[in-house]
Amino acid sequence: MHFAFTETQLEFRDAVRQVLAKECTTDDVRAAYEAPAARTGRWDTLAQMGITGLAVPEAHGGLGLGLVDLVPIIEEAGRVVLPEPLAMTAGVAGPLLADVNTTAAGGNAHVVRWLEGVASGDLTAAVADARYPKLAVAGADGADLLLLVADGPDGPELHGLDATDAPVISVPSLDPTRRLGEPAWVPSPESLLASGAVAAWCIARTADRAAVATGAELLGLADAMITRTAEYAKDRQQFGKPIGSFQAVKHLVAGAQVLLEFARPAVYGAAWAIDEGTGDTARAASVAKAYASDAALEAARISLQVHGAIGYTWECDLHLFLKRSWALAEAWGSAADHRARLIDSLLAGR
Amino acid sequence: MDLHYTDAQEAFRDEARSWLDAHVPAPRSLPSLDTAAGFEAHRAWEAALAADRWSVVSWPEEFGGRGVGILEWLVFEEEYWRAQAPLRVSQNGVFLLAPTMFEFGTDAQKQRFLPPMASAAEIWCQGWSEPDAGSDLAGIRSRAQRSDDEGGWVLSGQKTWASRGAFAEWCFGLFRTDPEAERHRGLTYFLIDMATPGVTVRPIPQIDGESGFAELFFEDVFVPDELVLGEVGKGWNVAMATAGTERGLSLRSPARYSRAAERLVDLYADCLDRDPDRARRSADSVAQAWMDAEAYRLNTLWTATRVLDGGSVGPEASANKIHWSQTDLSIHRAALDLLGPEAEFHGDGVDAPWLDGFLFALAGPIYAGTNEIQRNVVAERMLGLPRG
Repeated sequence: MHFAFTETQLEFRDAVRQVLAKECTTDDVRAAYEAPAARTGRWDTLAQMGITGLAVPEAHGGLGLGLVDLVPIIEEAGRVVLPEPLAMTAGVAGPLLADVNTTAAGGNAHVVRWLEGVASGDLTAAVADARYPKLAVAGADGADLLLLVADGPDGPELHGLDATDAPVISVPSLDPTRRLGEPAWVPSPESLLASGAVAAWCIARTADRAAVATGAELLGLADAMITRTAEYAKDRQQFGKPIGSFQAVKHLVAGAQVLLEFARPAVYGAAWAIDEGTGDTARAASVAKAYASDAALEAARISLQVHGAIGYTWECDLHLFLKRSWALAEAWGSAADHRARLIDSLLAGR
Repeated sequence: MDLHYTDAQEAFRDEARSWLDAHVPAPRSLPSLDTAAGFEAHRAWEAALAADRWSVVSWPEEFGGRGVGILEWLVFEEEYWRAQAPLRVSQNGVFLLAPTMFEFGTDAQKQRFLPPMASAAEIWCQGWSEPDAGSDLAGIRSRAQRSDDEGGWVLSGQKTWASRGAFAEWCFGLFRTDPEAERHRGLTYFLIDMATPGVTVRPIPQIDGESGFAELFFEDVFVPDELVLGEVGKGWNVAMATAGTERGLSLRSPARYSRAAERLVDLYADCLDRDPDRARRSADSVAQAWMDAEAYRLNTLWTATRVLDGGSVGPEASANKIHWSQTDLSIHRAALDLLGPEAEFHGDGVDAPWLDGFLFALAGPIYAGTNEIQRNVVAERMLGLPRG
């Protein structure tokens, strides 16, 4: 039992934090609102650091590490509202392609090329949530690689397409950097990656990884919102003193901080369970996502309340964090979705 | 990162489980520990625990423990709650006073007090709160006056809400030794024999009608110098020091809530059979309560690792206290909703433990520093907000 990150993992995280503090300011996020783009110089920097391929096997140009290594880095992406699809490309698409590649019954001619593309940073990926195969996919507008789901004769099928083979219709999002898109595509034998039991296995693992990766991004967002709000409450004066000296304000901020404190180990423990392949990864992922969603939503709620009217403006940066939080809180299962999934699992396990 | 217990820790678990399976009395067979008979029955149980060195596993062997670490203590607690063993009547001493005594006590004090604490031959209550000093603990007014002739201190004043105070043999309390000093200074931490002349105990029936706590009156109570814990005038620091270390972790072990959450899922499954509509309306809160317990377990392992790596608990202890007290309530509130109209039955049925547990849980956000005070600590010491 040693429930902590290693020095190396934390140093890697700190290096990413330094890079993103320079290359992903709120002005940069605002620029991405105006002109969303999948590939940026910032993305290339992250790729050169090995981050896009962190969870891709070494044989395909990656670092062969796991979700535990990636989670602290995805938190940093959340902290700065990184516009690029790091969690989905590095945390979900890479491991999904690796899964497909290890199953004899799965894969197509492009899988290895895609794995290498994810590792090198040449590709950004969008991954569909299998529960909503017909809905717009986050990041699909502008992504290079689409990992999609279709109904097949033996249940859901997993498909992969180069974006050049599937025109994407852009769908507006409250957070424009989410780049929602509806791919115009028809499932074909060429696009098929897995069907039947193999697809079901891949889809289940993807749902858990995506919940945890998204949870990690929400941790970073919640931390950033609470930190900004605490700073604001120290500065802003009313009745002749900082509003942060009033208990009514303190207790709002403290309540969000307590939720965040308990969401963190839930996300880290779930990442470990997934890497380790323990028997209860689905439960762990549900606890992680439910806690992270609730923590970020509460942080968003109190941040807006404590900022007051200025927080409700376009000029104040807070809304960049709020919008990403609201989107991710629902993505890959809301807190309530995961509680429902958990109770079914608890009953089945009795 | 590794969340597996080691083989040695699992072997320790097996040993604890075997012993507990062979010795734990039938669930709820002991009378309430807040009655005279129940107090003695629980004392006898703890003496049995101590006889085989299971009462204070993390203490050094010379004081009755097994010298194991905090992770082994967590494993033992998992087994203790899994076995549905009785509540610990000696918990004030074992979990609140002992860590302080290990840090600040003299060798003589440790030799004198720790072994009978471990065996429950002497049970301790806490004398901190006063009628006019609850959340504002530094406002205590009970005084200790120096008596150089006798080599000690003469205590006078009133303490209240002393859990186990109705029956305890000893009290650890804070008294003002320097009325001129600033509020947080001038306090001293005393160990008081409740049989000393001048000590009067008035039990206070709690919300369940039983005397879980008491008022303590001190009229010229003499306490010799060797019963001062830590330095004279440093009582506040002595009392608070261990809050940020291991005690911040060990006041409530996660196993208690994990076990209650498991029982809640059983209750939910029963309710699905008997009254499926009611059960479904509670599904979300049952899942939330289970998650709260699981998040507490993971957070405890996270914090324990930090402590083992040389870190401290710090103001996170306040976040911890808010979380476990809310978790206890969310578990029991969900259970009462599943029981529905039967929730008010207060006999010996399956529902009684939930109602008793609910009443107990209600106190959680109040004692050990109200959750409002804890939120102030989180805001001020974790996030740097200014003091009011």
